[in-house]
Amino acid sequence: MTTPILSLQNVEKRFGKNHVLRGVTLDVAPGESLVVIGGSGSGKSVMLKNALGLMTPDSGKILFNGEDVTQAKGKTRARMRERVGMLFQSGALFDSLTVWENVAFRLVNSGVVSRAKAKDRAIETLSKVRLGSDVADLYPAEISGGMQKRVSLARSIISKPDLIFFDEPTTGLDPITADAINDLIIEQVRGLGAATVTITHDMASARKIADEVAMLFEGEIIWRGKASDVDNSGNPYVDQFVHGRAEGPIQPAL
Amino acid sequence: MSNASTRNRGIPNPLAWIGAAALGLFGEIGRLAVFSARVKAAAFSPRWYIGQIWKQIVQIGFFSLPVVGMSAIFIGAALALNIYQGSGRFGAEQFVPNIVVLGITRELGATITALMLAGRVSAGISAEIGAMRVTEQIDALESLSASPYRYLYAPRFLAALIALPLLVLVADIIGVMGGWAVSVFGLGFDSTVYLRNTLDFVTRNDILTGLIKAVVFGAVIALMGCYQGDRSKAGATGVGRAATLSMVGAAVLVLASNYIMSTIFVEVGL
Repeated sequence: MTTPILSLQNVEKRFGKNHVLRGVTLDVAPGESLVVIGGSGSGKSVMLKNALGLMTPDSGKILFNGEDVTQAKGKTRARMRERVGMLFQSGALFDSLTVWENVAFRLVNSGVVSRAKAKDRAIETLSKVRLGSDVADLYPAEISGGMQKRVSLARSIISKPDLIFFDEPTTGLDPITADAINDLIIEQVRGLGAATVTITHDMASARKIADEVAMLFEGEIIWRGKASDVDNSGNPYVDQFVHGRAEGPIQPAL
Repeated sequence: MSNASTRNRGIPNPLAWIGAAALGLFGEIGRLAVFSARVKAAAFSPRWYIGQIWKQIVQIGFFSLPVVGMSAIFIGAALALNIYQGSGRFGAEQFVPNIVVLGITRELGATITALMLAGRVSAGISAEIGAMRVTEQIDALESLSASPYRYLYAPRFLAALIALPLLVLVADIIGVMGGWAVSVFGLGFDSTVYLRNTLDFVTRNDILTGLIKAVVFGAVIALMGCYQGDRSKAGATGVGRAATLSMVGAAVLVLASNYIMSTIFVEVGL
């Protein structure tokens, strides 16, 4: 059996009395596209930040390519992050840097590529997300939200990672731009052969980009199956969520 | 619910309140100490982001010149007037240049500069880093294998350590010249005599004590800005609160550390 590229084993996380993750267990195979769905406040972002090492779980284990990185620091953590890309919900572009400096940040920061070569690589990567070289010298505040997401996608794929996290990649975008982002994610991720973990509550996006779908509810994975089965899961929580019904076992977050 | 527990909720327990406040204060001091130690460790070991340090020197030092210069000239001028008025009570007006230069170099040049920068720089750093925190830019930085301690905080800390003494030197000169201008053009002092008295009286130690204070104030201003920004809560309110806390915290710590350093300098005869 292939070693999962990412494995979360019984991960728990609390913030004071708020028990956000209650034993999340999840494996992601190399090259697999897993979409984690769940309502607002279900713990999706916290799960992702634990997996990426931006937060440390209270208990449980996180394995990357079979290596325990739960408490990893320094070089071990840096080695893991070199193989991982992340597209943040807000884009999280550095507003003091130009578009190309954002995209090439990892290359320039690693010190192995000159700024001139890094700029060339950034422009080449921007073209993969359908952005021309004319935006390279602009600042993030000078481009639209959809373009910012594409720049952020370019930043997450420039180093050809093995695993990419997408945090709500289509939130805040109109349906056409959102669909274009989904297409770019599929195209680029398949091109790289990378595994992806996407968290979203946009079902159109989930259906389009997922091989498998898992549902997180109150800090636990309550269902996981093939993307084609998500509409007939037989799970009342999943049914309510994917069909967007107010009535059902999940109370609306009002 | 029992009557006793209802009563307990209605009447605040002053001891519990004091205990919670003390725990909160010690917790905050501990967190600030750990944060400061991490920033210093990052600042005094490679790798250094030279471009970021230079950018911050320009931001903290160069762009603060107008506000520091304006403050220093008015403080020097007001100081000369007040000393002239006070010393006139026992016929000692001739000591105005001596006391102005002493007050500016040992005390006011550094303190006024630091207080102005607590507002302009510490709050600015805090707001910038706070905005980066709440828009996930600091998370993004970490995800790209860059340490915010090395990339964001250490450059600001080092830049403040370098820029503050330079600014204080400028404030000393402008402050003394403020006193000179008022004394010569308003109080009838002879220009040459005023400047001769100033230069003969001031010692290397007077200037040195102000510059040592400036280094410490630079550290305080940068650390408070970075710390409060890093701990900023979400939203405009959170970032605004972080900026206010950093400015107030830096100003209070500047004044407190100024007193402690003045005491030490007197004890060691500097």
